[in-house]
Amino acid sequence: MEDLGEIVGEFLLESHENLDQIDRDLVSLEQEPDSRDLISRIFRAIHTIKGTSGFLAFSRLEKLAHGGESLLSKLRDGVQPVTPATITVLLAMIDGVRSILSSIEENGSENDVDIDSILAQVHAQMNVGEAAAEAAAPAAPAAPAPAAETPEPLDETPAAVRPAPEPVEEQRKPIGELLVESGGAQPQDVGSALAQQLDGDERKLGTILLEEGKAKPAAVNEALSQQAPKRSIADSAIRVDVDLLDTLLNMVGELVLARNQLVRGVMETGDATLVRSAQRLGMITSELQEGIMKTRMQPIEHIWSKLPRVIRDLSNSLGKKVELVMQGKETELDRSLLEAVKDPLTHLVRNAVDHGIEDPDKRVAAGKDPEGILTLRAYHEGGHVAVEVADDGAGLDVDRIAQKAVEKGLLRPEQVPNMDKREIMAMVFQPGFSTAAKVTNVSGRGVGMDVVKTNIENIGGAVSVDSTPGQGTVWRLTIPLTLAIIQALTVDCGEQRYVVPQVAVLELVFIDGTSTKIEYASGAPVYRLRGKLLPLVRLDKSLGLEPSGDQGVYIMVLQADGRRFGLVVDRVLNTEEVVVKALNSRFKDIGLYAGATILGDGKVGLILDVSSLARRSHLAADSDRKNLEGSSRANAGAGSGERLLVTAVGERRVAIPLDTVTRLEEFPRARIEHAGSREVVQYRGQILPLVRLSHLLGAYGEEPEGDTVSVVVYSEGERSVALVVDRIVDIAENSTTARRDAEEDGLVGTAVIQQRVTELLDVRRAILAADPNFYTDLESDEMLVEA
Amino acid sequence: MASRQFATFEVAEQLFGVEVHTVQEVLSYNEYTPVPLAPPAVGGLFNLRGQVIAAVDLRVQLGMARKALQGPVMNVILRGDGEPVSLLVDKIGEVVDLDDEAFEPPPDTLSGPTRELVVGTFKLDGRLMLALDVNQAVDTYRATT
Repeated sequence: MEDLGEIVGEFLLESHENLDQIDRDLVSLEQEPDSRDLISRIFRAIHTIKGTSGFLAFSRLEKLAHGGESLLSKLRDGVQPVTPATITVLLAMIDGVRSILSSIEENGSENDVDIDSILAQVHAQMNVGEAAAEAAAPAAPAAPAPAAETPEPLDETPAAVRPAPEPVEEQRKPIGELLVESGGAQPQDVGSALAQQLDGDERKLGTILLEEGKAKPAAVNEALSQQAPKRSIADSAIRVDVDLLDTLLNMVGELVLARNQLVRGVMETGDATLVRSAQRLGMITSELQEGIMKTRMQPIEHIWSKLPRVIRDLSNSLGKKVELVMQGKETELDRSLLEAVKDPLTHLVRNAVDHGIEDPDKRVAAGKDPEGILTLRAYHEGGHVAVEVADDGAGLDVDRIAQKAVEKGLLRPEQVPNMDKREIMAMVFQPGFSTAAKVTNVSGRGVGMDVVKTNIENIGGAVSVDSTPGQGTVWRLTIPLTLAIIQALTVDCGEQRYVVPQVAVLELVFIDGTSTKIEYASGAPVYRLRGKLLPLVRLDKSLGLEPSGDQGVYIMVLQADGRRFGLVVDRVLNTEEVVVKALNSRFKDIGLYAGATILGDGKVGLILDVSSLARRSHLAADSDRKNLEGSSRANAGAGSGERLLVTAVGERRVAIPLDTVTRLEEFPRARIEHAGSREVVQYRGQILPLVRLSHLLGAYGEEPEGDTVSVVVYSEGERSVALVVDRIVDIAENSTTARRDAEEDGLVGTAVIQQRVTELLDVRRAILAADPNFYTDLESDEMLVEA
Repeated sequence: MASRQFATFEVAEQLFGVEVHTVQEVLSYNEYTPVPLAPPAVGGLFNLRGQVIAAVDLRVQLGMARKALQGPVMNVILRGDGEPVSLLVDKIGEVVDLDDEAFEPPPDTLSGPTRELVVGTFKLDGRLMLALDVNQAVDTYRATT
């Protein structure tokens, strides 16, 4: 156990990787039983395991792998068809191999693992096949002996005569040879092309053949792709100790902080040369950081790859039909996060198969395809990765959840009418909650959604669920890209600066004391957020500091533990990436802090633990809710939900209400002309004044290069103006209230949209900047020309 | 005859000492981040070359009022158990070589919080040095009454 030896270690590592691949291949083989490629690949992988285990004298492992190989060779030779039963036996065999491997890993021996029952199953399968084959075609040529290690026939290239039966160790074949073998090119053409290369032609062989019309593009591509996988992964990749990467990542984190301090200092000196050097240092540091982070990144496919098997086994045992769709499997996540996400994700998938997707007959009765679709989706979203598990099942029953939550004492009956659909659905994440009518061996064992939520929140992520009755449910995990660096908002409270992870922040509201104000319900502070009462937590009070006033403060609307609350702080400064430092263990008991970080000025900042703040707030909030229901309903107004066009201007995100946007256009830079001090373009027979938002807002940053500029055209009546932005980013729903910001000209406020701080453009002001007479002389067309 | 090296420092005019091998470094630092709701003995956090260090106010541990953290304050940074911890002190003294002969247990008349932190007394030329129990000194959850 302590000294397994390097060879055994390598073998274990490699075999585990191979087994995962075999699992996937077996499941795909079940879908397409005729795929000789798949059978060959599985055969080769098993063969490698068998060979190595023989060499390392793991005789039981060798025996088991040999059994599997024998069965596979029958499938490969077409003596026996691929049936679900064969696949099941083969999967059982793979599980056997796995348990032997883990036994070797744990105590260095393979003796405790029972392989006889698996081998018996394997042999039974082979006999079934033999009996069937003999009955059907007694004259058929005898199947090769089970132990035969014949290399698989290469039917795609029958001309190839392989000297060695181990394709893995084969050298890369020259492309010419491959082309000749496949009949894609004539030997003499390849010969003359080679001669040209010798004479100094620097083109690649395939290119020469293609350009001279001696080979078809398809043939060359095929030959290239044949060549590619034969390059062993060892040539292009090395294994690196994760600890080393962690150390590097920490050091880069320090470098980022030092860079931030340096840049700040240099900016103050105003020395242009120094500033340039500092900016360059900044860029290099960012790229270095990115590079190091990338080394720790792995595609999410890494953990998804185990799911097809999970789904197959589960849906078979439940008598359901489930098709798995994966989207964005190349999306990358930090390695340590992948590990942390694995179990919650598996649980969500099992839950979706078990409870989400209905039985085939129920589906047919509902007019759906008997086969359910389970979609795994991963994508980037504003510094986070979203992972969704979506099913097209019956959906969550909101009434049932509410009823159950009341039964379990998680909610009081009078609370229910006051909650929106999502809030009720979020109850499934509460500990001790399970709506499954019957407890199966799959889910409903008490380790449920609350564990999923805890695990994801532990790594700084968030969980949510949305569901449409009859159409399905979407479980959504929002995961930070890495553990070490998070997007955060810095806030001031009293004289100190604190850090709030941005993933928890929904929106910001500025309290000016007149149009927006904090109200009290028998002493408990609340805020009317679009007609609903939002319980407030005063950060200063929570921290035992002197409370400040109720005016000129900010409310950060936070979400944690499935509930919303507002955190009252004195000032919201900015968003930045912070490097999370573990906090000294002596402060863990306080519970309010999730960690610490070094701020831009070199001081230590405490990162607030939003969940723990939430728990504090709910103690008080529950008792106050009741009294306030009446007034809350009376004041309920329609939520705004306006749609916004999000654009990039320099490094800022600026949102423009979509209903003020007439068109989005791209103009060639060359078409921009000057009229007096203004820039204009000719557009649909008009002269269209341009205003650059970067100038208007004083955004710094270089202008994007390119031959065209992106503009947002705004028209009213006959008149139009164009707002020049760097880039159109997205269209988003604004579910947030703007916070007033008097410091900035040209903006009506700032909001958090898609988890990024976004500025809301004062459209009227921007239009007037482009055309001062836009509103006053709407009728007069001539004025436009002069403007 | 065995001898030990002690790093010495002063708090409220009294000379204290800890064994040199427990000390990582000594430095003065300006800015401390207070930790609300932390035990009173926690003076604050500071950034030591990117590492977040907790500073323990030795005055509070000795039953005195908190030290005012204005301007530079001297830190004796102890290696601690896996994570360095700092002791906030008034003044740094010399490193002294002391024979075990000079050692005596704390006097019976010494009582209160100081008694719990002190393992013994060393007789120096002209003054006494109290040897601190490092673990007790940085234990901020110790009842300080």
